[in-house]
Amino acid sequence: MLQTKLRSLAPKNDVVSFLILAAILLVALPILFDIFRLNLIGKYLTFAFVALGLVLSWGLGGILSLGQGIFFGLGGYAMAMFLKLEASSPENTAIQSTPGIPDFMDWNQLTELPWFWEPFHSFGFTLFAIIALPTVFAYIIGAAMFKRRVGGVYFAIITQAIAAILTILIIGQQGFTGGVNGITDLRTLLGWDIRTDSAKYILYFINVILLLATLVVAQYIRKSKLGRLLVAMRDSEDRVRFSGYDVSNFKIFIFCIAGIFSSIGGAMFTLQVGFMSPSLIGIVPSIEMVIFAAVGGNLSIFGAIYGALIVNWAKTILSESYPELWLFAMGAMFIAVVLAFPKGLAGIYESYVQPWVDKKLKAIQDKKAKK
Amino acid sequence: MYQQKDFVLTIEGLTVSFDGFKAVNDVSLYIEEQEIRVIIGPNGAGKTTVLDLICGRTSATAGSIKFKGKELTKLKEHEIVHAGVGRKFQNPSIYEDLTVFENLELSYPKGKKVWGALTFRRDQDVIDKVNEIAQMIFLQEKLNSPANLLSHGQKQWLEIGMLLIQDPELLMLDEPVAGMSVSERKQTAELLQRITKDRSVLVIEHDMHFVEEIADRVTVLHQGQVLSEGSMDKVQNDPKVIEVYLGH
Repeated sequence: MLQTKLRSLAPKNDVVSFLILAAILLVALPILFDIFRLNLIGKYLTFAFVALGLVLSWGLGGILSLGQGIFFGLGGYAMAMFLKLEASSPENTAIQSTPGIPDFMDWNQLTELPWFWEPFHSFGFTLFAIIALPTVFAYIIGAAMFKRRVGGVYFAIITQAIAAILTILIIGQQGFTGGVNGITDLRTLLGWDIRTDSAKYILYFINVILLLATLVVAQYIRKSKLGRLLVAMRDSEDRVRFSGYDVSNFKIFIFCIAGIFSSIGGAMFTLQVGFMSPSLIGIVPSIEMVIFAAVGGNLSIFGAIYGALIVNWAKTILSESYPELWLFAMGAMFIAVVLAFPKGLAGIYESYVQPWVDKKLKAIQDKKAKK
Repeated sequence: MYQQKDFVLTIEGLTVSFDGFKAVNDVSLYIEEQEIRVIIGPNGAGKTTVLDLICGRTSATAGSIKFKGKELTKLKEHEIVHAGVGRKFQNPSIYEDLTVFENLELSYPKGKKVWGALTFRRDQDVIDKVNEIAQMIFLQEKLNSPANLLSHGQKQWLEIGMLLIQDPELLMLDEPVAGMSVSERKQTAELLQRITKDRSVLVIEHDMHFVEEIADRVTVLHQGQVLSEGSMDKVQNDPKVIEVYLGH
């Protein structure tokens, strides 16, 4: 019974794709790469959460947000604030003029912890905030826009503006946020040193498992009636409205989901990379995140993950040898995808690789049948 | 004189102006239960705007629209649908990327809220109802094909089917036979006769043969105002109507 249920949830192809992806992430990559490279891959995968959210909101629902960095930042900063408070114990910060507060606050002549930092002493609250903050934020933005029927390009521009505002705010309020440097020098999570190699291994696996779980949630939404409704809204919003649905609520919902996914990615980024800064939430990173989804294929939840991996890997390789070339390469990649492969890697796979695989499989089966 | 209780839809003094231009000007309409009313009129007479006003797509400048005693002008589109008003658009408006089955399923009156849609299950009731409607609209063979592969006429039927599955008490159809072949028109007329048994229908149509075949009463709109109203015969012989249609 459960098995048939699961099968109806996911066609056979999706199950195979899921298993292949799990094998690559959980077995192949950890064997192939040393911890330095694996940690980088873990960083790339945190962007896959964002790309996955974009597949749902943009690919499925047609809501293009150019400000997903906002949510990546909310999760990332929430986690960073908790870790920073733990790293700023009175013993560690004894040389400061006010011991027990984060170092950058001391440099900015703050003498006590701002009120909104207080709750982040609690790990439970931090985890709650990583989910609740983006939900509330996305709900406010979504309700303000979608209830007024603002959509399409206007929505994209407004999300971009919000990403810019948030960046400016964080940079400007240096004493409260760490400013342009972000929150750095993070050390332990509940006493567990996250800078060691073994911790990095464990965090990588936690990250992958969370990503796979997110993938299952995304698949559930995609296969539910809500998923079909999103496609329907993209085709003909008026018809959906006149079939008795309050379209704005569905848009708000999927925008919140995309925000939560991004936020989880941001929190995992902080844990694995060891800092969070405004350079990860502004306009440029937000657009990069859209490119990950576009390259992977904005309709494919698996494509999103491969897209995030490949584009980031290319970014690292190129920036290592030709740092100034990366922006041009990224622009070229985006143009190429939009012009030549509108369905991204997933589209290439569907129209070239899969038919070839099917043919080979069939040939093998035929051979067996002959014997 | 009509009895108030017999009217499903009561429109009084309905006016809408776009930047001073009155597209609909002081229109009053009374539609009885199980009546098929056809609105005709030259282009730009405001026919489609009247439907837009009823279903909440456009908001009225003045006047009232009462459906079973409920004021519709203040409600949102989806609330009007839940009140029991269904609307078919002029150009077939269906979900091209989904199959015929999915198109009908999305219109099934269950799981209309976010949570309901997430937990919606395709149970036997849904499947039976979809099959029943598909048979009515001559598409039972096409249930699993994507809607964008249907012919123009079939798309029109599909949209009518999407309304039927909602089981509205008032069905509004904007040019249901436009662009259909002769045989498709005949089938559509039959379909309409059948589905209008337990509901009221408001139709906009240009095709006079079709109008004659289905209409109980006809309302002629001209420049946003009601020019004439009554049986097809009466309207056809009304000198004002003849003037508008032939005079220019």
